[in-house]
Amino acid sequence: MTQAFWHKIMDIDRRWIYLVIGIVTFVPMLRYIGMPVQITSEVKSVYDRIESLQPGTIVMVPMEFDPATAAELQPMSRAILRHCFSRNLKVLSTAFMIDGVVLIENDLKVIAAEYGKVYGKDYVYLGYKPYMEVVLLNMGENFRKPFPKDYYGNKLDDLPMMKGVNNYSNLACIVNVNGTSGADFWINYANGRYGAPLALGVTAVMATDYYAFLQSKQIFGLIGGLKGAAEYEKLIGRNKDIANRSMDAVSVAHVFIILFIIIGNIAFFATGREKRI
Amino acid sequence: MQLVTFGDLIWMTSAAFLTFCIFSFLFRDNPFYRFAEHLTVGVSAGYWIAILYHTSLTDLWLEPLGASFKALGHPEGSIIAKIGVILLNLTPGLLGLLMFSRFFSKTSWISRWSIAFYLGISCGVELPLFLQSFVVRQVAANMIDPRAIFSVMGADLTVLFNYGNSTLLFWQGFGQLIILVGSMCGLAYFYFSAEHKGFMGGAAKIGIWILMLGFGATFGYTVMSRISLLIGRFNYLIGWVSAIGDYFRI
Repeated sequence: MTQAFWHKIMDIDRRWIYLVIGIVTFVPMLRYIGMPVQITSEVKSVYDRIESLQPGTIVMVPMEFDPATAAELQPMSRAILRHCFSRNLKVLSTAFMIDGVVLIENDLKVIAAEYGKVYGKDYVYLGYKPYMEVVLLNMGENFRKPFPKDYYGNKLDDLPMMKGVNNYSNLACIVNVNGTSGADFWINYANGRYGAPLALGVTAVMATDYYAFLQSKQIFGLIGGLKGAAEYEKLIGRNKDIANRSMDAVSVAHVFIILFIIIGNIAFFATGREKRI
Repeated sequence: MQLVTFGDLIWMTSAAFLTFCIFSFLFRDNPFYRFAEHLTVGVSAGYWIAILYHTSLTDLWLEPLGASFKALGHPEGSIIAKIGVILLNLTPGLLGLLMFSRFFSKTSWISRWSIAFYLGISCGVELPLFLQSFVVRQVAANMIDPRAIFSVMGADLTVLFNYGNSTLLFWQGFGQLIILVGSMCGLAYFYFSAEHKGFMGGAAKIGIWILMLGFGATFGYTVMSRISLLIGRFNYLIGWVSAIGDYFRI
């Protein structure tokens, strides 16, 4: 009887698992519970750095994500932009992922409008250019080399914010929100070649790869996935923004996945599969 | 005041429909899924061409090239220098056009020139920087004097035993030790010129455990990432349903 049960578990149609995961993820999203989110030092250090900057200094927030990774990175970039604008910092932004160009432009516009910021004076959007590594190297010399014009076709010299801003040395720091391996280029060129202070906001899948750079102090902070975004939202006092509201669903789904792994392992050993490997 | 227009609703409904089309693959492959997949590929290709034309081709090639031809009409400056600038501006375009030779089997080899040009530049620029950022600085970060770690841990324990409170430096040192030992043992696992026996075998075994822990952490993060993507779509669908409610004032 028991053996038959575990055999049934082992042969279960995976679509039932999809259904359960779908339900346990969806239901907590209908009502916000507010499960606790602990702040980690790697996220706090990004917040602290931005908090320590004088109003008027320029922070570069390059955003490299597209609709596929927006669920994780959009809440993160929105929280960072809100923090910068609320501190009256100027924001310089790029988008090196072609599918995200318009998505990012829209976010910048909407969040800048929330804080009454003016394009060209308080923020500048350079948009997209191909061959990111070449662009990053050129930006280290002069932003005008790869970007003679901004996303809207304005010459950079015509934008008040860009007067006298030539390269990374004119920036207070770079907080790169990245859903691609392009984060390596920022470490390699912006930090490695030009010594620009760099922090990364990456998808959860990528996060473990970049902790090594945190330990070696090549980046001063790391925001990983939706959890990192939720931490940042909490730090800027926006506890009910989308990442925090989503953390309930993440927690419940994780509990179920852990349960599935435990059940799967018990079934694996109970059915004697290890002898057949 | 109507917040959601009929146009918004149509677009939002289209996106919701495509989301369901993609989700339907979880049940089994079907024409709806394939329709959504092909639509994404087609729209992306068109979108890429438009963005590349407007944000790259015009201001990085066509405009500088046009300006260099215009400069020919001005009397000042050396004509040789002006022709040099034109040739310089023509080169990237020509290299780009060579890529189209791939469409014809007899001439496809010409496209290798453009690829070789790009690969050559990339290698030359990237290799030294890559070594510096990804090897030298990583190795340097692991060059920690174990005596310093032990003295910090010892000092913290002394504070703990004498005064009853900890500065938590013990755990910081413990973490550094794990990184140090983990890196050494991880490297030992990938050292194949000595048999994994005795001391080497023990180190390699610890190395594989450290690697497993790393894979476990990556797996956990990957699960969170995938669930986050699902949440993103659910958030969209919830927004879509509430937009319908807003429009029809339900």
